[in-house]
This record gives sequence, C-alpha cells and structure tokens, in this order.
Amino acid sequence: MNPKTKQIAASYVFILPALFLFLVFSVYPFFKVFQISATSWDGISPDAAFVGWNNFKDIFFDNPVFWLSMKNAFFITVLALTIQNLLALFLAFLCDRDIRGGNIYRVIFYLPPVLSGIVVGLIWNWIFDGNYGLLNHFLAFIGLGDICRAWLAHPQTALWAVAVIHLWKGFGWGFVILLAGLQSIPRELYEAARVDGANSWVVFKNITTPLMIPVFILVSILTILGTMQIFDIIIATTGGGPGYHTEVPMTRIVAMIVGASKLGYACAMGVIFGLILLVLSLMQIRASKMMRQV
Amino acid sequence: MKLTGKVLAFFCLVVFFAGCLAGKRPSNEVTVWHWMSDRDDVFRDLAGRFEKETGIRVRFELLAPSESYRQRIRAAAQTNMLPDIFGVLGEKRDFAAYIRSGFVKDLTEEMSKQTGDRSMAWKDTFFEKAIAVNSFAADNEFGVEAGIYGVPLDASTIQMIYNKQIYKSAGLDPEKPPLTWKEFVEHNRILKKEGYPGFVSGFGELWMIEAMASNWAMNLMGEEKVFDTYRGLVPYTAHEWVEVLNLFKQMADEGILIDGAVTMVNKTAEQTFVNERATYAFNGSWSVNIYRGMNPHLDYGSFPVPAISSARPMRVWGGSGSSLVVNNRSPRQEEAVRFLRWLTAEDQQRYLAQKTEDLPSIRAGREWVSGVQAQFVSSIETVTHPNMYPVHEDPAVQEAFLKGIQYILIGEKTPEEVAGQTQRLKEKELAKTVGMATAS
Repeated sequence: MNPKTKQIAASYVFILPALFLFLVFSVYPFFKVFQISATSWDGISPDAAFVGWNNFKDIFFDNPVFWLSMKNAFFITVLALTIQNLLALFLAFLCDRDIRGGNIYRVIFYLPPVLSGIVVGLIWNWIFDGNYGLLNHFLAFIGLGDICRAWLAHPQTALWAVAVIHLWKGFGWGFVILLAGLQSIPRELYEAARVDGANSWVVFKNITTPLMIPVFILVSILTILGTMQIFDIIIATTGGGPGYHTEVPMTRIVAMIVGASKLGYACAMGVIFGLILLVLSLMQIRASKMMRQV
Repeated sequence: MKLTGKVLAFFCLVVFFAGCLAGKRPSNEVTVWHWMSDRDDVFRDLAGRFEKETGIRVRFELLAPSESYRQRIRAAAQTNMLPDIFGVLGEKRDFAAYIRSGFVKDLTEEMSKQTGDRSMAWKDTFFEKAIAVNSFAADNEFGVEAGIYGVPLDASTIQMIYNKQIYKSAGLDPEKPPLTWKEFVEHNRILKKEGYPGFVSGFGELWMIEAMASNWAMNLMGEEKVFDTYRGLVPYTAHEWVEVLNLFKQMADEGILIDGAVTMVNKTAEQTFVNERATYAFNGSWSVNIYRGMNPHLDYGSFPVPAISSARPMRVWGGSGSSLVVNNRSPRQEEAVRFLRWLTAEDQQRYLAQKTEDLPSIRAGREWVSGVQAQFVSSIETVTHPNMYPVHEDPAVQEAFLKGIQYILIGEKTPEEVAGQTQRLKEKELAKTVGMATAS
C-alpha cells in the first residue's frame, strides 16, 4: 500500500466512530420510521403486521382530525412568520443602534426561548386563568370586565391564546439571529448612503433588506419548522382542547402512540408531517431565491 | 498502517470493556423500575428492611415522570433489558401486549399459595377489585391466557370531594353531600346564589371525563348495555347515552363547572380545589396525600358521583392504584416474587399507607384507615374500571365521544349531535374491523 492510500485509510479510521454513531442514531432511525409506518405495530409486541399503504390511505382520506391539527399548526405558523418575526426585526433594529443598556435588552429578549415550554405554559396558564388570571384582573381593572373569560378554554380564543404564548416564547430566537445579521452589514454602506442623501426608508429598502435576505430565509425556515412542531406549550396549557380546537400534528402523533398504542400509524403521521415540512421549507427557499433575483 | 491498526484495536477495547462494565451486577440483586416519585424514599427504606431480613438486595430505580417511564419500558422491552420487577402503565391492551410478548410472569400459581399470618391464599389478602385489574379472564379479547399477572401495591377509588367549610358557610349541611344528580344541581344553585364557586375537575384529561360519563352510563343503563355499546350492539344514539350527555349540557347550562375546567389538567384542578376556588372536585383517593401537602387544614369529605337513577347502584372507578409485575425473562423471578409477597404483607402495607396516605391494596387495610380515606375505601368492593371490562371501546371512537363532551361543555355541540357523530364513527370503525377480518 502506498503512503497516500495509507493516509486516506487512516483518515477514514478516524471518522469511523463518528460515522458509526451517525449511522446508528440518525440514519437507522430515519429509515426505521418509514419501515414501521407500513405496519400496524403497537410498539411492544415483537411482531408487527405489514399493512402496506393502509396507514397512509387512512390518514389522507379518513382522518379529518389530523388535517384539522395541521390547519391549527399552520395558523400559528402564519402568526409566527408575521407578528413574531416583525416584532423580532423591530427589536433587533432598536438594539442594533447604540442604545443605552443594549446588552441588558438582548438578555431580556433572549430569556423566553431558553425557558422550558412546560414552565412557560404553566406561567401563562396562570395569566390566562378564567377565574383568577392576571389578564382578567387587568381587564377588569381597566373597565373591560365584560370580555373576561377562560382564554385557554374558550373555543374562540384558545388557539389565539396558545399562539400568543408561542410567539412570546419564540421571538427571542429570531431577534438574536436578525440582530447578528444586522450587525454583519458593513457600516460604510450606511454612511455612504447617508452622504448620498438617502433617508431611513431608502436605506432600509436598498441596503438592509437585500443584504438581510439570507438571514430572513434562515429565520423563516426555523420559524416554520419550530412552530409547526409546537407541542410542549399545548400539552402544558390546553392538551389540544377544548374539543380539537388546539390540536396540532405533534399532539395527534403522541395521542396515537400513548392513547391508542398505534405506533405504526403514528409513524405514518410523522412521515407525512415530515414531508410537508420539507416541502414548505423548499418552497420558502425557492420563494426567497426569486425575491433575491428581483 | 500501524497507526490504523492501533486505533482500531483501541476502539474495539473501549467497546469491549464498556460492555463488560455495563453487565456487572450482583447475582441476587433484584432491580425494580418505578415511576412513583412521591414514595421513592419509602420504597428504598422498605428495600433496606427486606435486605436485612432476607439478605436479598432490592434496588429501586425511579424513572419519572410517568410518560418517560412508559417510553423507557417500551424501549427496554424492545432490547430485552427490562428489570426484574416493573410496572405497566397504560391501558389493558398495553398490559396484554407485554404479556403476549412474554415479558410478564403469570403469577396465578404464586397467588394461590398461602401467605402471612392469616393463612389465606396470597390473592385473597387483596381487595378483589385490586386483583381484578391485574387479571385476565378466560377468552378475553386480547388473546391472553387467563390468570393473574400483577401485584397491586395500593388501591384507589375515584369519587366526588366537597369542601365542608364552604358547605357550612352557604347554609348547607356539611354532613349531607348530594347523593343524587337532582340534589347536586340544587346544592349548586344554593352555592351559586351565595356566591360560592361550583365544581372543578381536570376535564382537560379525557380519562377524567370518561370516568364520570361511564359512572353515569352504568348507573342509568347497567354495565352490560355499556359493554354492548362497545360491542356495537347498542348505538350511541340510544336515549340513555343522550341522557348521559345531557348531564354535561346541564352542567354547562347551570354554570356548575367552573370556567376553564374543560382544558384543565388534574393537577391544576387539585390546586383550584385546595385553594377553595371550587366547592366540589372529582378526584381519586390519591388526592388525600396531595391535599394534605397543599393545605393541611382543608376540611373536606368524599361521596360517590351523584346518581341519576335509583334502579341500579352507582359504580365508581377504582381498583388498583399502582401495580408491579415480575419479568418473565428474569433469572431472579423467585427473589422478585418473594419481595413482592413481603411488600404486600400487612406490616409493609400499613407502613406504605401511613407514609403515602394511599389506600392499602389488602383487605386488612380496612381496619386501619380512617377519615376521608375510609370514605374512599367504602366503595372499593363495588368499583369498576376499564381494566376490568370484558370488552373495550375503539380508541378513536372513545376519543370522539369524550372530545364531544368537551364540545358540549363549551356549548358548541348538542348531546344529539355528539351522539350521532360518535355513532357514525363507531359504524365506520366496525366496518373497518369487519373488512380487515374478511381480508385476513
């Protein structure tokens, strides 16, 4: 064996442990999910009956609750993509300027995302409580006692209330990434534009926005993936209720595993859900590329 | 190549020794996996006593919360790494799956052997219903061989609880809780008039709705008719089912259920009751310990779910609170059974009940429980539970029915709509089952 081949072989040996771990903990489970999704396995028995496409057919044509849960997740995602990210961008702009105590604001804004979703859910349960909640107390104080209600149990407000919690918990991620993006834009460009007489809007439109497009893409994709997979906040607040008003795909998948012991069916749901997320992300990337070309 | 060889050899050695270390364990040490974080110390204490008496070491491993525990048990079953003793959480079909897969020892023979000072068969020392939830009858729907497969550590019943202090303040007799639905509604009207809050329950957890609804259904139409509904012989549109659903509608219309209870988890409902923000709660006997921890001065009592018919007895949910099973593949089965036999003997049961305030699983426990615990234990011989049912509802139909009750409670659907939708789903699921049976 010549020295070059030896060197290459040695390099492969060094990556062997990492490759082994990657294959066992990432690649194998990935393909295993596809395999299980074609069975009616309960997750316990050693044998699983092969059912082919039956689970997928049932989900597509005979499971309206799953698609309702998808619609609910999509609703929260739209709110997150708009309200949450606009808020994050606005705050990032403020902190990008050399304001006094800027670092303190950064820490404060970044606190909600690092809190556990269950803890956040419990705190907001108390805020939204129908009888002794902080929000109702405040509303009564300012004379809006008529609209007081159990925000998380009312059919018209439950999904909005859950969305508000998610937006509050999630905007910090976008804030940090957008702030990092803003700070990476060379200051000379702004200075040159100012010298040329550009106002704030023109600077934002012609300098900040084009240079921030890759960051917007990243934040949007992370928002879509993170929000569509919302779970812990729902479990800590509404459990998917009342009725199916706050069900999301993750709660349906867990309900299939825990409540019905249908692991094969749950895996099929997971595969469909994963493919939808993949398509959404690809669409987002494509749309952003087109925007960049414009 | 020398270097490559050395790296490979090192890697193999690491893997080899890691495997050796993981497998090292004393031969007579019994391992127990459990999820009961509130009594882990008590278990360890008892394990220490058992070791002193017998020389057999028992190691308790706490895997909490219960959801994580369930997943861990499932994963361990797949890799054949279940401990000597463990508990199966979940529904009867999960229990059956573990048995069918050969992970659970059949304890029928052991249970027939005499035990303790009272010279009776081990199974006869327990409350009958505590054993029933751990048993499978002949020709059961799960295809499990008839027998007893679990050992109940404690018992439980799920009943109504009421705040005696609020009752007094509202001018109601604190020793006369409402035993019928009519009385319950009347008492609630008085409470409402006097400005006191009504009823709370963790109806965000569907099993709590299921417990209450099935109590009423069995009271109104009898157990057999409920089971016939599950078998597909009686429709959900039958007037008795609509009447049951109507009780929830009345609960909503009269403002009996406190605002927000429909998505509340039981833990929050417990806090609400303890903080005297509700006069009634629907909860299990385990709540005695929880309420004591949260508010030791709370003055409360327990009573069965208010009956809607006097034609049949009011059956509440209950049976075994928590049970443990012996791993059928364990080399230490004998020691494991010996430990469980010891753990359920009178002295240990008394100690457990004192420390945890749970109901003991043995009949002798009746003699030494008092207060609210005695009220809970009074119905232990007549309790029912899905784990004792001869037939079970399809999970999708069950969910649709219970979610339907949530819709009724929030005023979005009528009892007739929910009954009709549940029945349509039931027929669809039945047709699927028939289709699958024909195909196979």
